[in-house]
Amino acid sequence: MSRSQNYFFSSVGKKQIMSLTGLGLVGFTASHLLGNLLILVGADAFNKYAHTLTSNPLIYVAEAILLAMFLTHLFLAIFLKIQNKMARPTNYFVKVKTGRGETFASATMPYTGIILLIFIILHLINFKYGTYYPTTLEGEEIRNLYQTVIEYFSNPWYVVWYVFAMVSLGIHTSHGFHSAFQSLGFNHDKYTPHIKLAACAYGVIVTLGFSVLAIYSYFQN
Amino acid sequence: MSKTIKVKLKIWRQKNRSESGHFEDYQLDTVSTDMSFLEMLDTLNEKLVIDNKEPVAFDHDCREGICGMCSLMINGQAHGPEKETTTCQLHMRSFKDGDTIIIEPWRSKAFPVVKDLMTDRSAFDRVIEAGGYISVNTGNAQDANTLPISKENADLAMDAATCIGCGACVASCPNASAMLFTAAKVSQLSLLPQGQVEADERAQNMVAAMDSEGFGNCSNHAECEASCPKGINLSHIARMNRDFLSSKIRK
Repeated sequence: MSRSQNYFFSSVGKKQIMSLTGLGLVGFTASHLLGNLLILVGADAFNKYAHTLTSNPLIYVAEAILLAMFLTHLFLAIFLKIQNKMARPTNYFVKVKTGRGETFASATMPYTGIILLIFIILHLINFKYGTYYPTTLEGEEIRNLYQTVIEYFSNPWYVVWYVFAMVSLGIHTSHGFHSAFQSLGFNHDKYTPHIKLAACAYGVIVTLGFSVLAIYSYFQN
Repeated sequence: MSKTIKVKLKIWRQKNRSESGHFEDYQLDTVSTDMSFLEMLDTLNEKLVIDNKEPVAFDHDCREGICGMCSLMINGQAHGPEKETTTCQLHMRSFKDGDTIIIEPWRSKAFPVVKDLMTDRSAFDRVIEAGGYISVNTGNAQDANTLPISKENADLAMDAATCIGCGACVASCPNASAMLFTAAKVSQLSLLPQGQVEADERAQNMVAAMDSEGFGNCSNHAECEASCPKGINLSHIARMNRDFLSSKIRK
């Protein structure tokens, strides 16, 4: 006597898809940061890395998977948020948080998410589809992405916006990272405190890592 | 010697399911600090009856924290400000002289207000009906040692079984989600050998019933855990999540 409910339409299923796509994006962000750290090594190292990455035909597969994960995460978030709003048609006149549950990061997930959406669109316009400067490396003409980056960060307001977006990313992932494990069913006194610590560490590392690159690029001008 | 305090009350009054409600202000001048919160409301109702006014409707039954009937959002917190306390076990000594106390019903689409502070929580009953049981033929009690159960699982199942189904988890959840309630009911049975037989169907059917009642989705804020008068924690939700996922893989 089983009720047939599609996994993808169940509340638990939707949260688990959110978790998996979120963790995928967390993994991407970490690898993106590692690659970008080559900016600190120098123009040639960074340009060579960018060229190697984009000239590999598999990049289109990777980009398609990334886009699919991102869009799934985005549209599920909107859908879940609407459902959650509908679940409480009348708001409380006064609602006090216990202080033992909701955190700043968990309460602001939709807002940090919106900031990240705007950031990612602008980020693609400014860098991936930004100004193309050619350069020659080892006799081959490749894109001088390094110059595009340095030029973009010559504007201090762009640095400020970038750092703000990275703080949002850190806050968003510090909740999302450990929340994903809970949704997937990983919760044990033995390792949950470590996952929570790792989530906070991850948030701090990506915020600091990307922000340092933006500030470093500003001072290269 | 008991102390008395004066309190101002701001209480949600709603005639029936269809009419919209509003707040009304009341004042009580001699509230003993030894009174329970519900006794304070009884005092108010006695006063209202004497004044020929409609008393405030609120749910209550055992008044010893085990039936799950009492509810109330007190100053924005489910069951009031104390940790792991039901409204009936909350005492007026938790309030100060001259305090204004705002009392609202649970607010959730799945818990419609019946009257004043009473809500219809039968959505929980329907979630239980979907799988919160084990199908065994009863007969003579078998020997206690025929089914070995680890101490750890017995304790965890007992922790889950302390859920009184009051709905504070739904009331305090920013998303009005019933995950903690449903998870406690799933865990209580699935942790034991008698319950494992139907574990897959139970997880699927109870989640489906929960979803069809219009509760929100879990965002792992943990406000439910913080408000639960029985201290049921999020690990039960994680257990239900993994039971649900593995059951969907199997069938």
